[in-house]
Amino acid sequence: MSEIILQIDGKEVTASEGMTVLQAAQQAGISIPTLCHHEKLDPYGGCRFCTVEAEVRGWTNYVAACLYPVAKDLIVRTRSEKVDKIRKVILELLLAHAPDAFDLQDLAKEYGANKDRFAKDSSFCIHCGLCVRYCAEVKKKNAICFVDKGKTREISFIPEVAAKECWNCKECFPLCPTEALQAAYVLAKAFAFPLESASAE
Amino acid sequence: MTRIKSAAELEELRQGILSKIDPDKPSISICAGLSCLGLGNGKLISAFKEELGKQSLEAKVDVITTGCHGFCEKGPIVVINPEEICYLEVKPEDVPEIISQTVIAKKVIDRLIHTDPNTGEKAAHMSDIPFYKNQMRVLMGNNSKINPKSIEDYLAIGGYSALAKALLKMSPVQVLEEVKIANLRGRGGGGFPAGRKWETTRNAPNEVKYVIVNAHEGEPGAFMDRALFQANPHSVLEGLIIGAYAIGSHQGFIYTRHDTPELRKNVDLALAQAEEYGLLGENILGSGFDFKVEVHYDVGIFVSGESSALMRSIEGKAPEPKPKYIRTSVNGIWDRPSNLNNVETWANVPQIIGKGSEWYNSIGTDKSKGTKLISLSGHVCNSTVVEVPMGTSLREIVYDFGGGIPNGKKLKAIHFGGPMGGTIPESLIDNPLDFDVLSKLGASMGAGDMLMMDEDTCLVEVARYFLDFLSGESCGKCVPCREGIRQMLNILTNMTKGKGREGDIELLEELSEVIGAAALCSLGRSVQNPLLSMLKYFRAEFEAHIKEKRCPAHSCKELIALEGV
Repeated sequence: MSEIILQIDGKEVTASEGMTVLQAAQQAGISIPTLCHHEKLDPYGGCRFCTVEAEVRGWTNYVAACLYPVAKDLIVRTRSEKVDKIRKVILELLLAHAPDAFDLQDLAKEYGANKDRFAKDSSFCIHCGLCVRYCAEVKKKNAICFVDKGKTREISFIPEVAAKECWNCKECFPLCPTEALQAAYVLAKAFAFPLESASAE
Repeated sequence: MTRIKSAAELEELRQGILSKIDPDKPSISICAGLSCLGLGNGKLISAFKEELGKQSLEAKVDVITTGCHGFCEKGPIVVINPEEICYLEVKPEDVPEIISQTVIAKKVIDRLIHTDPNTGEKAAHMSDIPFYKNQMRVLMGNNSKINPKSIEDYLAIGGYSALAKALLKMSPVQVLEEVKIANLRGRGGGGFPAGRKWETTRNAPNEVKYVIVNAHEGEPGAFMDRALFQANPHSVLEGLIIGAYAIGSHQGFIYTRHDTPELRKNVDLALAQAEEYGLLGENILGSGFDFKVEVHYDVGIFVSGESSALMRSIEGKAPEPKPKYIRTSVNGIWDRPSNLNNVETWANVPQIIGKGSEWYNSIGTDKSKGTKLISLSGHVCNSTVVEVPMGTSLREIVYDFGGGIPNGKKLKAIHFGGPMGGTIPESLIDNPLDFDVLSKLGASMGAGDMLMMDEDTCLVEVARYFLDFLSGESCGKCVPCREGIRQMLNILTNMTKGKGREGDIELLEELSEVIGAAALCSLGRSVQNPLLSMLKYFRAEFEAHIKEKRCPAHSCKELIALEGV
């Protein structure tokens, strides 16, 4: 596999072809914050928190480091005024759902995010999809899925599958970045109101 | 039916079809486009058939149900050929009179023909009606002449001769070069040069390549692609086959909406007929070129018109966009090079190959060539589909074709390109229809949908409406799009209710900046466009909602209630 030399935060970094900017940065000891990324799972690019500046032939674009492939002569800036602004607003949008999540609060301090900036929404899920993707990719059970689209998209256990698979697993619970009990809540809801989860009567 | 194996056989077939057509035989062509169907022309079609039966004229008079004629406001439209007498707003009660007076006695019925609302001038023939006369109907002109369900009708007007020329007289590279020289730009919204896109897919290393028709017209106010595709499916198919030949693809896809049954029927039929005649399948026209087409349907979400989402959907997955750090023209369906163009772009291809790039370049402006289909809706007298040369002034489109603004109101603004497009004020109406001019004004042409808004329209409400639409049509995968739209919608909804706060505009601008830079796909990165263009030209209106709790257009109900206090 051929070696690629790129620049991250002014530092020359060597990476191999097919790597993402995030992998190249991690290998070089440069930290890029993530929310929906997990090393056991395929890159997802949903939270956009790992957004960095990527400059190619003088053109700067904002890209998700977890997905963007390394390339020769690529110049990456992991922090800039605009990158920080993007991350701050993303945090503020997510804190509207999960104002008490520890992970988000820690990051909010670093980026100066105000948890009360946007109107609150009762759901505390931030749609990182870690539970959904872990169940599909690692456990290969698909007991929990995304349902619906746009602003009404949510996670939902499939009662028939969950009844068989979930009690002895629950490996997705600790993955949740907002609240460890979140998945437990959604699972309990699926069992208590299976008709509502499947289709309203 | 035998498969055609050469250009000579195609010509022979065409001559055979033409020889059976009696140019003097009366025919009644009834528009069965979407709008005319909605106006109840099903009853009209049966009335014609019944009446002809009663008078034992079935053998002497043809009845053709065609696709959209474009003048939707005046439907149902009936054209009596060969005289080409055009009757508007025809009702079943008019049928016996049309048959006895016009079809048999060759007399024009005065009350059914077009009367110019301004001059009172009457026009009996389709080609005399100013609405049709002043258009340049390269793509739409045949709609009233052919039955979309009949490949013979398409062959009779010269259909598939461009395909024969491309496959039998030109090399794939020559076809590609011709499209490049013609400066054909994508009609779906981006205006990207089609030839360059084709070239990228052609040159991509993978042997297996795909070509796709994007017929997923999903935005409110856009109805030209459906009008064209449903009325003349073979013209799009012919373009697709030519493109596939130039690119080196042997598999095509048509991606369209599940909720357009009439379109579906016509497209399925067109594919089956083309296959029977050897215009699809193996060894097309004896050229040695093989090509097949499959039709795929969406699952009812707007984002599936976005190229990477569309390709995921064809793969059988949820239509969620995938980041395009490698272009879909190189890495698309199943990670293979996939060239996607919209309906209108493909329909231009046979025209370019048939008539040449020089002819094509003679139409339009410096950098926007050819004609453009425009669907007019909103506060306009004629909600219609028109086809005009690029460079036509917006004023001409609104007033000459659209018939101006109804109820004596003044035009306030024109919105282009649906929920991800932009708005310009009336004062810019003398600008030409041109990709780059409109882009610079902050309102990209989009797919060619123009929404007219009169003086009573509140733009805060319009911005809110588009975001409301998008909030349910975003896939919801990435945070900036899903959550950003949610919060922008909240803020704008509050404004229309008199709950706007100081700083709201700045907050909207900050959200717009973040969404535009950080969202995952091109839908997400353009959801803020309508709002930004409205803030650019109508900022005072937004400020009035916040600072004075006043809606200058007197449209927001809660604010009108406050005014009375």
